[in-house]
Order: sequence, then structure tokens, then C-alpha cells
Amino acid sequence: MTGPASVIVVGAGPAGIRAAETLVAAGLRPVVIDEGQWSGGQIYRRQPTNFTRRHEALYGADADKARALHDGFDALRARIDYRPDTLAWTLRDDTLHIVTNGVASTLRFDALILATGATDRLAPIDGWTLPGCYSLGGAQIALKAQACSIGERPVFLGTGPLLYLVAYQYLKAGATPAAVLDTSPFAAQLRALPDLAVRPGFLARGLMFRARLAAAGVRVDNAVRPIAIEGSDEVTGVRYAVGGVERHVACDAVGMGFHLRSETQLADLAGCPFLFDETTGQWRPEADGDGRTPRAGVYVAGDGARVLGADAAEVAGRLAALAAIADLGHPVDVAAVDRLRKRIAQLDRFRRGLATAFPWPAGLAASVADRVVVCRCEAITAGDIREAAIDKGAPEMNRAKALSRIGMGRCQGRFCGTAAAEIIANARGVPVAEVGRLRGAAPVKPLSMATATGHKGAAE
Amino acid sequence: MAEISVTGGRASGRFRRLAERDRSPVAITVDGESVDALEGDTLMVAVLASGRRLRRSEFGDGPRAGFCLMGACQDCWMWCADGSRLRACTTPVRTGLSVLTGPPGDDQWLVVA
Repeated sequence: MTGPASVIVVGAGPAGIRAAETLVAAGLRPVVIDEGQWSGGQIYRRQPTNFTRRHEALYGADADKARALHDGFDALRARIDYRPDTLAWTLRDDTLHIVTNGVASTLRFDALILATGATDRLAPIDGWTLPGCYSLGGAQIALKAQACSIGERPVFLGTGPLLYLVAYQYLKAGATPAAVLDTSPFAAQLRALPDLAVRPGFLARGLMFRARLAAAGVRVDNAVRPIAIEGSDEVTGVRYAVGGVERHVACDAVGMGFHLRSETQLADLAGCPFLFDETTGQWRPEADGDGRTPRAGVYVAGDGARVLGADAAEVAGRLAALAAIADLGHPVDVAAVDRLRKRIAQLDRFRRGLATAFPWPAGLAASVADRVVVCRCEAITAGDIREAAIDKGAPEMNRAKALSRIGMGRCQGRFCGTAAAEIIANARGVPVAEVGRLRGAAPVKPLSMATATGHKGAAE
Repeated sequence: MAEISVTGGRASGRFRRLAERDRSPVAITVDGESVDALEGDTLMVAVLASGRRLRRSEFGDGPRAGFCLMGACQDCWMWCADGSRLRACTTPVRTGLSVLTGPPGDDQWLVVA
């Protein structure tokens, strides 16, 4: 190889930042591609520069971690090629295609580290397209990045650690939730205690959130079966059942989510093989413990590889970078790699704990009524998907996509894909792994027809 | 003009500003009506701080007000007069920004309320 290696990191959240830092420490100058305007990713998302709230107000108990990441990245700026407001929209062979503010260009790479993060994992509920219904992560971003609540009296609905965190953050910020409705039974959370104890602080904080919400008079129900988000032209309430009793709570907003799903489109386009993760019921790119995929030169790290949370993402970012550095023929500190591997193994136990405590409500998605819209982009209903699966005989996701357009809309199946798989599997009476997954398609997000062609360049 | 009422006939906005209110004002227009935004607002927040919807679904299933706020769901698209689109949750406001809640001059694609 002549000249320094070209390394690209896609994503500037916890995994991407730590990967970049590790590469710089090895004497490399990575390109860092960030869809965001400022680094930080979603969980440590930064507020606009003219906002004045302190890290403690934005990130609570994680303020020190957020500050360390933000400061760490800022300190790297002169030693990396940082591309904010930039979408990596496809790749072919050793070339990544990017677009920055409407101008397209390409970057060649020797190593590509995909730290693409996650979005909320969603199950459709009757009425979830009404104005006022947001993803749980979206509800948190409104508060963190824009100092707004999604409404006067929001209901938080779904499951996962974020459910209680966001509800607590809203309470603290002065927008008292109308209710917290968790589809997981409390018993499941108790059952997961041994695995969750890997991160004792996490457990204590979860219990504190619950206690504070209860003390403020916020209704917290577990083992909830959501029936409908109500309203004619906007959200006015949530109807649900708990313990066989139907209940109704009035609200003007809903934040909903069922833990997270990985953003894996670029790994897919890179040709990485995927495997079905039985613990979470999701497909993920195959990779060794360091994030090395079978596709030479492509690495995955953080929640975009496996949803392990922000702490693990920092470790995974470092590990993936060290794997890339070693594969490029540079020396690495073997003892350091070993320590990081041990830490990630511990945190993987935590992932199992989360899956036990906050299970994906597969049955809820599978049994959604025919009339309910599953695809927000193109208003495709559960009935349309069942028709494709049964009447038209689609045995798997991509055939169902061709026949019903599910997953073909502009979100590319991010918000309907997991639920559609459950609907098809249930309709055909097969395990969900058998219906496969939607193939990734370029561009991974919509591009304007007006996108201009820019220059070609190698990552330096 | 393919527009919807962003206020839905109601007086208050959907989003509530809880802090950071002391910022410079930025004037934008939505369907020709002036809207008071603050510097640092996303277009989505600027519209929903006083309005209740952003857009109408192209597939006839009603008004929408965004969903994911992180540039993934594409359910917050608004339009400019030249027909170009903006993703409201990732577009910072700037003085003079003028947006529409539906594509310009394209009423036949929309189900009018």
C-alpha cells in the first residue's frame, strides 16, 4: 500500500467518536461522516449553539459521559476530516457515495467503520398516524435538542428503558406525563434483574424514575395491551387494557416505542451477511466480537451492529477501530484489545437482560387489525400485507414488498419492517425468521433529484 | 393552493417551549402566513410551536405532524414554492424561509379536507 490508509467512519455518536479517536491515536486521519449538524449522535445529541442549558440539564446522570464525548470529539477536529450534514447513501466495492447539502461526491476507502446507530422499534397501533403521536426517541429529541415537549399532557407508551427515562425527563422539565403505559409485565423486569445487574447504576436509576413518576401522581401501568390511540384529526387519548380491564387516558400527545432497532442499510449494501438474533427477534450484520464483518475492510460498531446501549457503543467503536488498524498492518496494544473485549462481553449480558425485561410485543404487531395503517409513508394497512402474504402467496418480506408496497415507501421499512415481518409470519403460520428481512436499497434515504454532482476524492 | 390549516382551528401550538425562550426571533412564513420562530429552531418546531400540523399525507389518510424527529421516517416533509421539499425535523430555520404544507399547484394529488 502506498501512502496512508483511507479510513472512513460513518456516524458521530458514541461508537463513531471513539472509533475516530482510536484511529487518530494510531496516526491515521479518518473521514467522519455525520448526518447530524453537530457530532454526538442521538443519545448524546447536542443542542444548537445558541442554547444555554448545561450538560446536567440535558443528559442527567450521563452528563459527564456526554461532556467527555463532546469534548473528545472537539479535540479531534484538526486531526480528522469531519463531514457534518452528510449522508452516506450507498457504497460499491471500495467507494462510499456521500451527499453534503445537496452536493454528491465519492470517497475511496481501505477500511470502513459503520457506526450508524439505531431508531425506535415500532409496532403499529390503531391511530398512530394521528398528529400528536411521535416516536419515543423523537419525544426525547424535542426536549433535548429543542427544549420543547411534544404536548401539554403526553402519554408514553411502549416498552424499554427509554420509556421511563423520557417520562422522567418530561416530568422534570415541567411537562407532566398523563400516563406511562408499559407493554412488558413488571415480573419480566424482576426476572431480568440478574442480567441487568451488570450495570448496577442503570437498575438504580430505572427504579428512581418509577418512584419519582409515582410520587408525582403519574399513572404507571405494566402488562398493558394498547387498543387505540384515539382522536379524529389529532390525538385526544389512549385506550388500552390491563388485567382484562379496559381503560382510557386523555392526552394531547403520545410518545411510543418498543426499544430500538439497528440502522443496518449500509452494511447490507456492503454485502455483509446477516443473521437472525433470536434474543431480540431482529436481523443484524454478522461480525466477530470486534465488529469485523466477513466483508473485508468493513466493520460495524455500536447500536447499528447490535443494540447494547451507549456505554457499549463507546467500547465497540474502539474495538472496531483497533480491528481495522490491525488489519491495515499497524501495531495494536493487545492487552487493551483484551480489556475492551471483556467489557463488551459483560455488556452483552446486559443486552440479554433488556430483552427479558422489555420484550418486543410480537403478538401485538402480529394481531393488529386489518384496517390499521402499518406503513406510515404510503398508508398500507395490515390487511394489505395479509392479502399479499396469504391471497397472493408471498412467502417472505421482499415478495410481500413487491405485491403490497410494504417497505417501499420513503422510510424504506424502518418503521414498518419489523411489524410487517410479524404480520406475514403470523398469517402464514411460520417463525418470523423464516419470512426474512427487507433487502437494503440505495439511496438509504431519499435524495433530491436536484442533487448536484461534485468531486471525487480519496479519504486522506 | 394545496394547503391545510396548520392550526387545525385551535388556538395553541402542539409543541410547548419549556426553556431556551430567550433567543433571537426569526420570521418565516407557512402557507403565506407569518410564523414567529426562534433562532436555533428546526422548521418542525417553529411550525408546531404555534401550529398543529405540518403536512397532509399524500395517500389521503389525513394530516400529519411528523413522527421520529431524527431524519429517519420522512413524515415531516414540507414544500417550497419551487416544488422542492424540506425535511422539517432536520432543517434549521432562517430568516425569510417560506414553506407550504402541500406541493404547490398540485391539488389533484391531494384529498382536500
